[in-house]
Amino acid sequence: MPTDPHSARVGVAKTYKLYIGGAFPRSESGRSYPVTGADGEFLANAAQGSRKDVRDAVMAARKATTGWAGTTAYNRGQVLYRVAEMLEGRRDQFAAEVAAAQGVSAKRAAQLTDAAIDRWVWYAGWTDKIATVLGAANPVAGPYQSYSVPEPTGVVGVLAPQQDALLGLVSVLAPVIAGANTAVVVASQERPLPAVTLAEVLATSDLPGGVVNILTGHTAELAPWLASHADVDALDLTGAAADTAADLERSAADTVKRLVHRPATEPDFTAAPELNRLRAFQETKTLWHPAGR
Amino acid sequence: MAAWEYAPAPESAATGRLQPSYRMFLGGEFVDGSGEPLKTLNPATEEVLAEVSTANPSDIDDAVAAARNAYGQVWGPMPGVERAKYLFRIARMMAERSRELAVLETLDNGKPIRESRDTDVPLAGAHFFYHAGWADKLGYAGYGPDPKPLGVVGSVIPWNFPLLMAAWKIAPALAAGNTIVLKPAETTPLTALVLAEICQQAGLPPGVVNVLPGAGDVGAALVGHPGLDKVAFTGSTDVGKQIQRTLAGTGRGLTLELGGKAANIVYDDAALDQAVEGVVNGIFFNQGHVCCAGSRLLVQESVAEELVELLQARISTLRIGDPLDKNTDVGAINSRAQLEKITELTAAGETEGATRWTSPCPVPQRGLFFPPTLFTGVEQSMRIAREEIFGPVLSVLTFRTPDEAVAKANDTRYGLSAGIWTEKGSRMLWTAQRLRAGVVWENTFNRFDPTAPFGGYKESGFGREGGRAGLEAYLAH
Repeated sequence: MPTDPHSARVGVAKTYKLYIGGAFPRSESGRSYPVTGADGEFLANAAQGSRKDVRDAVMAARKATTGWAGTTAYNRGQVLYRVAEMLEGRRDQFAAEVAAAQGVSAKRAAQLTDAAIDRWVWYAGWTDKIATVLGAANPVAGPYQSYSVPEPTGVVGVLAPQQDALLGLVSVLAPVIAGANTAVVVASQERPLPAVTLAEVLATSDLPGGVVNILTGHTAELAPWLASHADVDALDLTGAAADTAADLERSAADTVKRLVHRPATEPDFTAAPELNRLRAFQETKTLWHPAGR
Repeated sequence: MAAWEYAPAPESAATGRLQPSYRMFLGGEFVDGSGEPLKTLNPATEEVLAEVSTANPSDIDDAVAAARNAYGQVWGPMPGVERAKYLFRIARMMAERSRELAVLETLDNGKPIRESRDTDVPLAGAHFFYHAGWADKLGYAGYGPDPKPLGVVGSVIPWNFPLLMAAWKIAPALAAGNTIVLKPAETTPLTALVLAEICQQAGLPPGVVNVLPGAGDVGAALVGHPGLDKVAFTGSTDVGKQIQRTLAGTGRGLTLELGGKAANIVYDDAALDQAVEGVVNGIFFNQGHVCCAGSRLLVQESVAEELVELLQARISTLRIGDPLDKNTDVGAINSRAQLEKITELTAAGETEGATRWTSPCPVPQRGLFFPPTLFTGVEQSMRIAREEIFGPVLSVLTFRTPDEAVAKANDTRYGLSAGIWTEKGSRMLWTAQRLRAGVVWENTFNRFDPTAPFGGYKESGFGREGGRAGLEAYLAH
């Protein structure tokens, strides 16, 4: 744990916990695991989430769906923008955690943090444009008014990228909740600390409890419970281990989950984002109404 | 009510140009398949219509290779404006042969000629016409300025709308620049093979469209073929799950249009006469062999008794019989297996305590028929309220408040479609917003159009067919 030998003051170390339903519990299993920096130095103990924690998180996420999807798109945009404000306020802390976790220079860590904050702002601005861009007026051949609107898929399980601890996490999480879904995130196994700090940001940003739930622990242990849970509607496998992805997808098929496949290699999250991740967790509802006198 | 008498008005079966045998379409030629030929029956008589060649695994290899070659050499590189003209041509030729296609569809499937003539065939042609126009405008579809096709598509379709489902798969795949191997249903292969002939007559380059008849084993072998880039399936939720498992870890594209158990919600202020027509259409259209059929009627308690009486009176006038008769409302059940499934599920409805009412209409002695049936006193937990019957059987449930209506409507693993009947606009919109279903019909039911995306929520599948949204499944982006 980093300490400053030239200072008489002993720092206050943070306890890194899970984030479920707006609260910060330890794992119900009582387990934790040591997290080390890229240089091998001990950073902190993280909670090692369990199957029961996954189920608690899914329950919290399900409970939050109606409320979150029921707020106005404008309101969701404001809440997400508020998250960006809080991120900005903790910019230095995130940069330090990213530097420690990923072993990049302080300058690079600051760039990645700035990109993460900007990414969040980008998605915050999407909430009230998704329906315009993905929806449609359908010129049907008959006396009907027909239109199609995107709606959130529901509860999305997210296996966060394993390498890019903050920008990668933000890039997969923000589109889920910008699209009015709720999320259960399994943080990067080796680099979970920025995710826990993000949870602290979310908890102080007017985001209703349960909209985002973040678990730390062993991805390969937690992912199967997420993939097989009938109350999970979609699964993002970006952070899955290569040898587990096929099994997870097979399991997800039992309830016809929507999937974001595991990419062959972790994407370069500094690249400009596209619509794909927003669209991946939207359903299209087509409505028909007769027109007549 | 005075009974209206009808004289028989049969469409001539000869219009269908039925051939004694049909061959599969591979690489632009009609060839003998290496599988065991199947016999397709007329469900209205259970007589053999024709013998149809089927594919074996080596035929599937050949078809995928032909599609791959056509994709790489001809169709992929072809400018969209040229692809479009082939699709327009196909749409026009389908219109020219529309009466033939309608009769053949009715012979093979058992659906009333009125429906094949007025719904299936025109909509199938419209799908080609609509998607033809997209072929050179894909950059405007919202998937980037220059979206690319995926490659070779494998598609398996059901027996309830044989030609229409073939069109739903082929038209968008081709418009986006893909090539396709299509497996029609075992019991209804004929119109897809005539569509293949139309493709041939339209000069479509060999290998762009391949049609391989066969049973479920051919479908399973096709969707698992490693030479495909994308799989599109319409059919049961159970088979859809198997396909999703088969494709697990491959990264190949997949869209699934699966089962449904749609709620048709009738509020107390609905225009009941219109609602009756909509409810009847919702469940008895195509003998109820419709994934989006309105198989659960949710009626507000205060009008339940009145609505059920009106429904019984209206259903009693439905004419069940010769599908080729233009006055027939309800045709034949497509197969003996399906008839047995409907029989089994309706028996379960009685066993579980629901009250059964059967239309007194005369039912033909010969052929596969099931009279329109209505269950009252249905509980949420009963199989007839939970399982897809895929037949002319309506389950009636009641509710007191809008919240209860929505909760009951959404209490299903499916989410394909729903109907709402009310004269109050705000209640209509409130309800429509809360239904977890991909298509919501308001004061109408069972409307389809190539411009209107169709597809499910939850275990009714994912991906859309039709509209701009429907192109997503066939483009790399």
